[in-house]
Amino acid sequence: MNEITFPIVLVAGIGILCGVVLAIASIIMAVPKDEKEIEIRDVLPGANCGACGFSGCDGYAAALAKGKAQPGLCAPGGAAVAAATAKILGGSAGTIEEKVAVVHCLGSNDNTQNKVVYEGIESCAAANIVAGGVADCEYGCMGIGDCVKACQYNAIEVCNGVARVDPSRCKGCTMCVKACPKHLIDMVPKKKQAVNFCQNCDKGPMVMKVCKVGCIGCMKCVKTCPQGAIKVDKFHAIVDPSKCIGCGACIEVCPRHCLKMMDV
Amino acid sequence: MDFKSLLAIFLAAILTENYILNKFLGICPFLGVSKKLDTATGMSVAVIFVMVISTAVTYPIYTYVLVPNGLSYLQTVLFILIIAALVQFIETVLKKYIPTLYRALGIYLPLITTNCAVLGITMLVIDKGENYIEALVNALGSGVGFLVAMVIFAGIRERLEHNDIPKFLRGLPTTLVAASLTAVSFLGFQGLVDGMLR
Repeated sequence: MNEITFPIVLVAGIGILCGVVLAIASIIMAVPKDEKEIEIRDVLPGANCGACGFSGCDGYAAALAKGKAQPGLCAPGGAAVAAATAKILGGSAGTIEEKVAVVHCLGSNDNTQNKVVYEGIESCAAANIVAGGVADCEYGCMGIGDCVKACQYNAIEVCNGVARVDPSRCKGCTMCVKACPKHLIDMVPKKKQAVNFCQNCDKGPMVMKVCKVGCIGCMKCVKTCPQGAIKVDKFHAIVDPSKCIGCGACIEVCPRHCLKMMDV
Repeated sequence: MDFKSLLAIFLAAILTENYILNKFLGICPFLGVSKKLDTATGMSVAVIFVMVISTAVTYPIYTYVLVPNGLSYLQTVLFILIIAALVQFIETVLKKYIPTLYRALGIYLPLITTNCAVLGITMLVIDKGENYIEALVNALGSGVGFLVAMVIFAGIRERLEHNDIPKFLRGLPTTLVAASLTAVSFLGFQGLVDGMLR
Protein backbone atom coordinates (compact mmCIF):
# COMPACT_ATOMS: atom_id res chain seq x y z
CA MET A 1 0.00 0.00 0.00
CA ASN A 2 2.86 2.29 0.85
CA GLU A 3 4.09 1.97 -2.72
CA ILE A 4 0.99 3.73 -3.93
CA THR A 5 0.21 6.17 -1.14
CA PHE A 6 3.69 7.60 -0.76
CA PRO A 7 4.09 8.78 -4.37
CA ILE A 8 0.57 10.22 -4.30
CA VAL A 9 1.27 12.08 -1.09
CA LEU A 10 4.64 13.23 -2.40
CA VAL A 11 3.36 14.60 -5.70
CA ALA A 12 0.29 16.12 -4.09
CA GLY A 13 2.46 17.58 -1.35
CA ILE A 14 4.89 19.18 -3.79
CA GLY A 15 1.95 20.44 -5.85
CA ILE A 16 0.29 22.00 -2.83
CA LEU A 17 3.61 23.43 -1.66
CA CYS A 18 4.19 25.05 -5.05
CA GLY A 19 0.65 26.42 -5.03
CA VAL A 20 1.00 27.87 -1.53
CA VAL A 21 4.40 29.40 -2.31
CA LEU A 22 3.03 30.98 -5.49
CA ALA A 23 -0.03 32.29 -3.68
CA ILE A 24 2.06 33.81 -0.90
CA ALA A 25 4.53 35.23 -3.42
CA SER A 26 1.77 36.87 -5.41
CA ILE A 27 0.46 38.52 -2.23
CA ILE A 28 3.83 39.59 -0.83
CA MET A 29 5.26 40.73 -4.12
CA ALA A 30 2.14 42.17 -5.65
CA VAL A 31 3.00 45.23 -7.69
CA PRO A 32 0.64 47.94 -6.51
CA LYS A 33 -1.41 49.23 -9.41
CA ASP A 34 -3.36 52.39 -9.03
CA GLU A 35 -7.05 51.57 -8.75
CA LYS A 36 -7.95 54.91 -10.26
CA GLU A 37 -5.78 54.12 -13.26
CA ILE A 38 -7.64 50.86 -13.92
CA GLU A 39 -11.01 52.57 -13.51
CA ILE A 40 -10.06 55.40 -15.85
CA ARG A 41 -8.65 52.99 -18.40
CA ASP A 42 -12.02 51.20 -18.44
CA VAL A 43 -13.80 54.46 -19.17
CA LEU A 44 -11.52 55.56 -22.01
CA PRO A 45 -12.57 54.43 -25.49
CA GLY A 46 -9.42 52.39 -26.18
CA ALA A 47 -8.84 53.75 -29.66
CA ASN A 48 -5.19 54.55 -28.81
CA CYS A 49 -5.33 57.46 -31.24
CA GLY A 50 -2.98 59.71 -29.31
CA ALA A 51 -5.15 62.81 -29.59
CA CYS A 52 -4.58 63.42 -25.86
CA GLY A 53 -0.83 63.66 -26.44
CA PHE A 54 0.01 60.52 -24.47
CA SER A 55 1.10 57.12 -25.72
CA GLY A 56 -2.33 55.59 -26.13
CA CYS A 57 -5.16 55.17 -23.64
CA ASP A 58 -2.98 53.38 -21.06
CA GLY A 59 -0.55 56.29 -21.00
CA TYR A 60 -3.33 58.84 -20.61
CA ALA A 61 -4.97 56.81 -17.82
CA ALA A 62 -1.65 56.60 -15.95
CA ALA A 63 -1.04 60.34 -16.35
CA LEU A 64 -4.58 61.15 -15.18
CA ALA A 65 -4.27 58.92 -12.14
CA LYS A 66 -1.02 60.61 -11.14
CA GLY A 67 -2.58 64.03 -11.63
CA LYS A 68 -0.23 64.91 -14.47
CA ALA A 69 -2.99 65.44 -17.02
CA GLN A 70 -6.34 67.15 -17.21
CA PRO A 71 -9.56 65.25 -17.93
CA GLY A 72 -11.18 66.13 -21.23
CA LEU A 73 -8.16 65.71 -23.47
CA CYS A 74 -9.74 62.61 -24.98
CA ALA A 75 -11.24 63.80 -28.24
CA PRO A 76 -12.94 60.56 -29.37
CA GLY A 77 -14.54 60.12 -25.94
CA GLY A 78 -15.86 63.68 -25.85
CA ALA A 79 -17.90 65.07 -23.01
CA ALA A 80 -19.14 61.72 -21.70
CA VAL A 81 -15.64 60.37 -21.11
CA ALA A 82 -14.45 63.69 -19.70
CA ALA A 83 -17.29 63.67 -17.18
CA ALA A 84 -16.65 60.04 -16.25
CA THR A 85 -12.90 60.52 -15.74
CA ALA A 86 -13.49 63.70 -13.77
CA LYS A 87 -15.95 61.83 -11.56
CA ILE A 88 -13.37 59.12 -10.83
CA LEU A 89 -10.79 61.77 -10.01
CA GLY A 90 -13.30 63.64 -7.86
CA GLY A 91 -13.49 66.92 -9.74
CA SER A 92 -15.70 68.60 -12.28
CA ALA A 93 -15.15 68.11 -15.96
CA GLY A 94 -15.78 71.69 -16.95
CA THR A 95 -17.22 72.34 -20.36
CA ILE A 96 -15.74 70.37 -23.19
CA GLU A 97 -16.14 71.80 -26.63
CA GLU A 98 -16.55 69.00 -29.12
CA LYS A 99 -14.79 69.57 -32.39
CA VAL A 100 -14.85 68.04 -35.84
CA ALA A 101 -12.30 68.10 -38.61
CA VAL A 102 -12.84 70.20 -41.73
CA VAL A 103 -10.88 70.05 -44.97
CA HIS A 104 -10.35 73.63 -46.08
CA CYS A 105 -10.47 73.02 -49.81
CA LEU A 106 -13.18 72.88 -52.44
CA GLY A 107 -10.78 72.03 -55.26
CA SER A 108 -12.72 69.15 -56.76
CA ASN A 109 -12.02 68.10 -60.34
CA ASP A 110 -14.76 70.48 -61.58
CA ASN A 111 -13.15 73.51 -59.98
CA THR A 112 -9.44 72.99 -60.44
CA GLN A 113 -7.06 70.82 -62.41
CA ASN A 114 -3.92 68.86 -61.76
CA LYS A 115 -0.83 70.36 -63.34
CA VAL A 116 0.84 66.95 -63.74
CA VAL A 117 -0.18 63.33 -64.03
CA TYR A 118 1.19 61.85 -60.85
CA GLU A 119 2.09 58.19 -60.96
CA GLY A 120 4.43 58.02 -57.99
CA ILE A 121 3.99 56.66 -54.49
CA GLU A 122 0.36 56.75 -53.41
CA SER A 123 0.82 59.29 -50.66
CA CYS A 124 0.11 63.02 -50.31
CA ALA A 125 3.33 63.46 -48.36
CA ALA A 126 5.33 61.97 -51.23
CA ALA A 127 3.43 63.85 -53.92
CA ASN A 128 3.89 67.10 -52.03
CA ILE A 129 7.67 66.76 -52.27
CA VAL A 130 7.46 66.69 -56.07
CA ALA A 131 7.46 70.38 -57.05
CA GLY A 132 5.06 71.41 -54.30
CA GLY A 133 2.30 68.96 -55.10
CA VAL A 134 0.47 67.76 -58.15
CA ALA A 135 -2.51 70.15 -58.22
CA ASP A 136 -2.61 73.47 -60.05
CA CYS A 137 -3.31 75.14 -56.73
CA GLU A 138 -0.25 74.88 -54.56
CA TYR A 139 -2.34 75.13 -51.40
CA GLY A 140 -5.15 72.75 -52.29
CA CYS A 141 -6.10 69.15 -51.64
CA MET A 142 -4.37 66.65 -53.93
CA GLY A 143 -6.94 63.99 -53.19
CA ILE A 144 -4.51 61.10 -52.75
CA GLY A 145 -5.88 60.42 -49.30
CA ASP A 146 -3.24 60.39 -46.56
CA CYS A 147 -6.01 61.64 -44.29
CA VAL A 148 -8.26 58.75 -45.34
CA LYS A 149 -5.55 56.31 -44.28
CA ALA A 150 -4.96 58.17 -41.02
CA CYS A 151 -8.64 58.14 -39.99
CA GLN A 152 -9.53 55.23 -37.74
CA TYR A 153 -13.25 55.92 -37.97
CA ASN A 154 -13.72 55.90 -41.76
CA ALA A 155 -14.93 59.48 -41.50
CA ILE A 156 -12.97 60.79 -44.50
CA GLU A 157 -13.32 59.94 -48.13
CA VAL A 158 -11.87 61.44 -51.26
CA CYS A 159 -14.64 62.27 -53.67
CA ASN A 160 -14.06 63.93 -57.01
CA GLY A 161 -10.46 64.73 -56.15
CA VAL A 162 -10.95 66.39 -52.80
CA ALA A 163 -11.10 64.94 -49.28
CA ARG A 164 -14.33 65.33 -47.32
CA VAL A 165 -14.96 64.70 -43.63
CA ASP A 166 -18.23 63.13 -42.55
CA PRO A 167 -18.95 65.15 -39.37
CA SER A 168 -21.29 62.49 -37.98
CA ARG A 169 -18.47 59.96 -37.96
CA CYS A 170 -15.63 62.30 -36.98
CA LYS A 171 -14.58 61.81 -33.36
CA GLY A 172 -12.14 64.71 -33.35
CA CYS A 173 -8.97 62.69 -32.78
CA THR A 174 -6.88 65.06 -35.00
CA MET A 175 -5.01 62.23 -36.71
CA CYS A 176 -5.93 63.64 -40.14
CA VAL A 177 -4.74 67.11 -39.13
CA LYS A 178 -1.29 65.66 -38.53
CA ALA A 179 -1.40 63.58 -41.73
CA CYS A 180 -2.14 66.38 -44.22
CA PRO A 181 1.09 67.74 -45.73
CA LYS A 182 -0.79 70.83 -46.97
CA HIS A 183 -2.13 71.62 -43.48
CA LEU A 184 -5.61 71.88 -44.95
CA ILE A 185 -7.44 70.12 -42.13
CA ASP A 186 -8.48 72.07 -39.10
CA MET A 187 -10.67 71.44 -36.07
CA VAL A 188 -13.83 73.53 -35.74
CA PRO A 189 -16.41 73.48 -32.93
CA LYS A 190 -19.65 71.60 -33.44
CA LYS A 191 -22.09 74.45 -34.11
CA LYS A 192 -23.75 76.37 -36.93
CA GLN A 193 -21.11 78.60 -38.41
CA ALA A 194 -19.60 79.99 -41.60
CA VAL A 195 -16.39 78.37 -42.77
CA ASN A 196 -14.06 79.58 -45.47
CA PHE A 197 -13.18 76.51 -47.50
CA CYS A 198 -10.11 77.99 -49.16
CA GLN A 199 -6.62 78.53 -47.83
CA ASN A 200 -4.88 79.88 -50.91
CA CYS A 201 -2.31 82.45 -49.84
CA ASP A 202 -1.79 83.92 -53.33
CA LYS A 203 -3.21 87.22 -54.57
CA GLY A 204 -6.59 87.27 -56.29
CA PRO A 205 -5.56 87.01 -59.96
CA MET A 206 -3.29 84.05 -59.24
CA VAL A 207 -6.14 82.27 -57.45
CA MET A 208 -8.56 83.01 -60.30
CA LYS A 209 -6.23 81.24 -62.73
CA VAL A 210 -6.06 77.97 -60.81
CA CYS A 211 -9.46 77.54 -59.18
CA LYS A 212 -13.09 78.47 -59.75
CA VAL A 213 -13.89 78.65 -56.06
CA GLY A 214 -10.70 80.04 -54.53
CA CYS A 215 -10.79 82.87 -52.02
CA ILE A 216 -9.36 86.08 -53.48
CA GLY A 217 -9.35 88.09 -50.29
CA CYS A 218 -11.85 90.69 -51.58
CA MET A 219 -12.83 91.78 -48.03
CA LYS A 220 -16.58 91.71 -48.79
CA CYS A 221 -17.26 89.21 -46.02
CA VAL A 222 -15.12 91.17 -43.57
CA LYS A 223 -17.21 94.30 -44.20
CA THR A 224 -20.51 92.43 -44.00
CA CYS A 225 -19.96 90.42 -40.82
CA PRO A 226 -21.97 91.98 -37.96
CA GLN A 227 -19.78 90.26 -35.36
CA GLY A 228 -16.36 91.14 -36.76
CA ALA A 229 -15.60 87.45 -36.84
CA ILE A 230 -13.84 87.43 -40.20
CA LYS A 231 -10.41 88.74 -41.05
CA VAL A 232 -8.32 88.44 -44.17
CA ASP A 233 -4.78 87.23 -43.69
CA LYS A 234 -2.42 86.24 -46.50
CA PHE A 235 -5.10 87.00 -49.10
CA HIS A 236 -7.76 84.65 -47.79
CA ALA A 237 -10.56 85.06 -45.29
CA ILE A 238 -10.42 83.35 -41.90
CA VAL A 239 -13.55 82.95 -39.78
CA ASP A 240 -13.14 82.97 -36.02
CA PRO A 241 -15.52 80.22 -34.87
CA SER A 242 -15.80 81.65 -31.36
CA LYS A 243 -17.26 84.90 -32.72
CA CYS A 244 -19.34 83.54 -35.62
CA ILE A 245 -23.06 83.36 -34.88
CA GLY A 246 -24.01 81.61 -38.10
CA CYS A 247 -26.11 84.43 -39.53
CA GLY A 248 -25.03 83.67 -43.09
CA ALA A 249 -24.56 87.31 -44.16
CA CYS A 250 -21.04 86.68 -45.42
CA ILE A 251 -22.11 83.71 -47.48
CA GLU A 252 -24.59 85.81 -49.42
CA VAL A 253 -22.00 88.37 -50.44
CA CYS A 254 -19.13 85.99 -51.24
CA PRO A 255 -18.46 86.26 -54.99
CA ARG A 256 -16.36 83.09 -55.09
CA HIS A 257 -18.72 80.82 -53.12
CA CYS A 258 -15.89 79.51 -51.01
CA LEU A 259 -17.59 80.59 -47.79
CA LYS A 260 -20.14 78.00 -46.80
CA MET A 261 -22.41 77.36 -43.88
CA MET A 262 -21.51 74.40 -41.76
CA ASP A 263 -24.03 72.91 -39.38
CA VAL A 264 -23.22 69.71 -37.52
CA MET B 1 36.13 17.31 -13.60
CA ASP B 2 38.58 19.92 -14.72
CA PHE B 3 38.02 23.06 -16.69
CA LYS B 4 38.75 21.30 -19.96
CA SER B 5 35.99 18.74 -19.59
CA LEU B 6 33.51 21.46 -18.57
CA LEU B 7 34.45 23.44 -21.66
CA ALA B 8 33.96 20.28 -23.72
CA ILE B 9 30.47 19.84 -22.27
CA PHE B 10 29.65 23.49 -22.91
CA LEU B 11 30.81 23.45 -26.52
CA ALA B 12 29.21 20.07 -27.21
CA ALA B 13 25.90 21.39 -25.90
CA ILE B 14 26.09 24.32 -28.33
CA LEU B 15 27.40 22.63 -31.46
CA THR B 16 27.18 18.85 -31.62
CA GLU B 17 24.25 18.28 -29.30
CA ASN B 18 22.26 21.34 -30.17
CA TYR B 19 18.79 20.92 -28.72
CA ILE B 20 16.95 22.27 -31.71
CA LEU B 21 19.05 21.16 -34.64
CA ASN B 22 20.30 17.84 -33.31
CA LYS B 23 17.78 16.60 -30.79
CA PHE B 24 14.75 18.27 -32.39
CA LEU B 25 13.40 19.57 -29.12
CA GLY B 26 11.83 23.02 -28.81
CA ILE B 27 10.76 23.08 -32.43
CA CYS B 28 7.64 25.12 -31.70
CA PRO B 29 9.48 28.29 -30.64
CA PHE B 30 12.06 27.57 -33.34
CA LEU B 31 9.40 27.87 -36.02
CA GLY B 32 7.05 30.14 -34.12
CA VAL B 33 9.12 33.07 -32.90
CA SER B 34 12.01 33.03 -35.34
CA LYS B 35 10.42 35.48 -37.77
CA LYS B 36 12.27 38.46 -36.38
CA LEU B 37 15.72 38.70 -34.91
CA ASP B 38 14.79 40.65 -31.79
CA THR B 39 11.92 38.37 -30.75
CA ALA B 40 14.13 35.34 -31.40
CA THR B 41 16.83 36.79 -29.15
CA GLY B 42 14.34 37.68 -26.41
CA MET B 43 12.90 34.19 -26.45
CA SER B 44 16.35 32.59 -26.38
CA VAL B 45 17.57 34.67 -23.45
CA ALA B 46 14.47 33.63 -21.51
CA VAL B 47 15.16 29.98 -22.44
CA ILE B 48 18.78 30.20 -21.20
CA PHE B 49 17.54 31.71 -17.95
CA VAL B 50 14.86 29.08 -17.35
CA MET B 51 17.02 26.13 -18.44
CA VAL B 52 19.75 26.92 -15.93
CA ILE B 53 17.41 27.65 -13.05
CA SER B 54 15.16 24.64 -13.59
CA THR B 55 18.16 22.32 -13.85
CA ALA B 56 19.52 23.83 -10.66
CA VAL B 57 16.27 23.01 -8.87
CA THR B 58 15.18 19.70 -10.39
CA TYR B 59 18.58 17.98 -10.14
CA PRO B 60 18.74 18.01 -6.31
CA ILE B 61 15.07 17.03 -6.05
CA TYR B 62 15.71 14.02 -8.27
CA THR B 63 18.88 13.00 -6.48
CA TYR B 64 17.78 13.56 -2.89
CA VAL B 65 14.03 12.98 -2.97
CA LEU B 66 13.10 10.68 -5.82
CA VAL B 67 16.06 8.28 -6.02
CA PRO B 68 16.29 7.39 -2.28
CA ASN B 69 12.58 6.55 -2.28
CA GLY B 70 12.75 4.57 -5.52
CA LEU B 71 10.38 6.95 -7.25
CA SER B 72 12.47 7.93 -10.26
CA TYR B 73 9.54 6.97 -12.52
CA LEU B 74 7.79 10.14 -11.26
CA GLN B 75 10.50 12.25 -12.89
CA THR B 76 8.47 13.56 -15.83
CA VAL B 77 5.35 14.44 -13.86
CA LEU B 78 7.18 16.13 -11.03
CA PHE B 79 9.59 18.02 -13.29
CA ILE B 80 6.74 19.52 -15.30
CA LEU B 81 5.03 20.57 -12.09
CA ILE B 82 8.16 22.06 -10.59
CA ILE B 83 9.29 23.88 -13.73
CA ALA B 84 5.85 25.40 -14.25
CA ALA B 85 5.64 26.61 -10.65
CA LEU B 86 9.24 27.83 -10.74
CA VAL B 87 8.79 29.91 -13.88
CA GLN B 88 5.65 31.44 -12.42
CA PHE B 89 7.51 32.23 -9.22
CA ILE B 90 10.44 33.78 -11.08
CA GLU B 91 8.03 35.91 -13.06
CA THR B 92 6.46 37.26 -9.88
CA VAL B 93 9.85 38.00 -8.37
CA LEU B 94 11.12 39.72 -11.50
CA LYS B 95 7.97 41.81 -11.81
CA LYS B 96 8.51 43.12 -8.32
CA TYR B 97 12.26 43.55 -8.04
CA ILE B 98 13.76 43.69 -11.54
CA PRO B 99 11.01 45.21 -13.72
CA THR B 100 13.49 46.03 -16.49
CA LEU B 101 14.43 42.37 -16.91
CA TYR B 102 10.76 41.43 -16.61
CA ARG B 103 9.90 43.76 -19.48
CA ALA B 104 12.83 42.49 -21.53
CA LEU B 105 11.81 38.84 -21.17
CA GLY B 106 8.19 39.87 -21.51
CA ILE B 107 5.70 37.30 -22.65
CA TYR B 108 8.37 34.71 -23.42
CA LEU B 109 8.81 33.71 -19.82
CA PRO B 110 5.33 32.15 -19.34
CA LEU B 111 5.47 30.82 -22.91
CA ILE B 112 8.40 28.52 -22.20
CA THR B 113 6.95 27.17 -18.96
CA THR B 114 6.16 23.87 -20.61
CA ASN B 115 8.71 24.00 -23.40
CA CYS B 116 10.02 20.54 -24.27
CA ALA B 117 13.61 21.76 -24.60
CA VAL B 118 13.50 22.92 -20.98
CA LEU B 119 12.01 19.65 -19.77
CA GLY B 120 14.46 17.82 -22.03
CA ILE B 121 17.59 19.38 -20.53
CA THR B 122 16.51 18.65 -16.96
CA MET B 123 15.91 14.96 -17.77
CA LEU B 124 18.82 14.37 -20.15
CA VAL B 125 21.51 15.66 -17.77
CA ILE B 126 20.28 13.06 -15.27
CA ASP B 127 20.21 10.32 -17.91
CA LYS B 128 23.79 11.15 -18.79
CA GLY B 129 24.84 10.72 -15.17
CA GLU B 130 26.51 14.13 -14.97
CA ASN B 131 27.27 15.68 -11.61
CA TYR B 132 25.69 18.93 -10.42
CA ILE B 133 28.30 21.33 -11.85
CA GLU B 134 28.42 19.49 -15.17
CA ALA B 135 24.64 19.54 -15.35
CA LEU B 136 24.55 23.29 -14.82
CA VAL B 137 27.22 23.91 -17.45
CA ASN B 138 25.36 21.64 -19.83
CA ALA B 139 22.14 23.56 -19.21
CA LEU B 140 23.88 26.87 -19.85
CA GLY B 141 25.48 25.51 -23.02
CA SER B 142 22.18 24.13 -24.26
CA GLY B 143 20.56 27.49 -23.69
CA VAL B 144 23.31 29.23 -25.65
CA GLY B 145 22.93 26.57 -28.35
CA PHE B 146 19.24 27.41 -28.48
CA LEU B 147 20.17 31.07 -28.88
CA VAL B 148 22.64 30.29 -31.68
CA ALA B 149 20.10 28.21 -33.59
CA MET B 150 17.36 30.81 -33.15
CA VAL B 151 19.55 33.71 -34.22
CA ILE B 152 20.90 31.88 -37.27
CA PHE B 153 17.44 30.80 -38.31
CA ALA B 154 15.87 34.22 -37.70
CA GLY B 155 18.53 35.68 -39.99
CA ILE B 156 17.76 33.10 -42.65
CA ARG B 157 14.03 33.71 -42.40
CA GLU B 158 14.38 37.46 -42.65
CA ARG B 159 16.21 36.90 -45.93
CA LEU B 160 13.70 34.31 -47.12
CA GLU B 161 10.96 36.93 -46.82
CA HIS B 162 12.44 38.92 -49.70
CA ASN B 163 12.95 36.01 -52.05
CA ASP B 164 10.84 35.14 -55.03
CA ILE B 165 9.53 31.76 -53.95
CA PRO B 166 6.99 29.70 -55.92
CA LYS B 167 3.56 30.25 -54.45
CA PHE B 168 2.97 26.69 -53.23
CA LEU B 169 6.21 26.75 -51.23
CA ARG B 170 5.68 30.10 -49.51
CA GLY B 171 5.44 30.26 -45.75
CA LEU B 172 5.78 27.07 -43.73
CA PRO B 173 7.09 24.76 -46.50
CA THR B 174 10.16 26.91 -47.19
CA THR B 175 10.63 27.39 -43.47
CA LEU B 176 10.73 23.63 -42.92
CA VAL B 177 13.12 23.11 -45.83
CA ALA B 178 15.38 25.86 -44.48
CA ALA B 179 15.19 24.34 -40.98
CA SER B 180 16.22 20.90 -42.21
CA LEU B 181 19.11 22.35 -44.22
CA THR B 182 20.29 24.26 -41.16
CA ALA B 183 20.11 21.05 -39.14
CA VAL B 184 22.12 19.19 -41.78
CA SER B 185 24.74 21.93 -41.75
CA PHE B 186 25.14 21.46 -37.99
CA LEU B 187 26.05 17.83 -38.64
CA GLY B 188 29.34 19.23 -39.85
CA PHE B 189 30.34 19.84 -36.23
CA GLN B 190 30.06 16.11 -35.44
CA GLY B 191 33.17 14.90 -33.67
CA LEU B 192 34.67 18.39 -33.56
CA VAL B 193 34.50 18.87 -29.81
CA ASP B 194 35.70 15.36 -29.02
CA GLY B 195 38.62 15.75 -31.37
CA MET B 196 39.59 19.12 -29.93
CA LEU B 197 39.25 18.65 -26.21
CA ARG B 198 39.04 15.01 -25.24
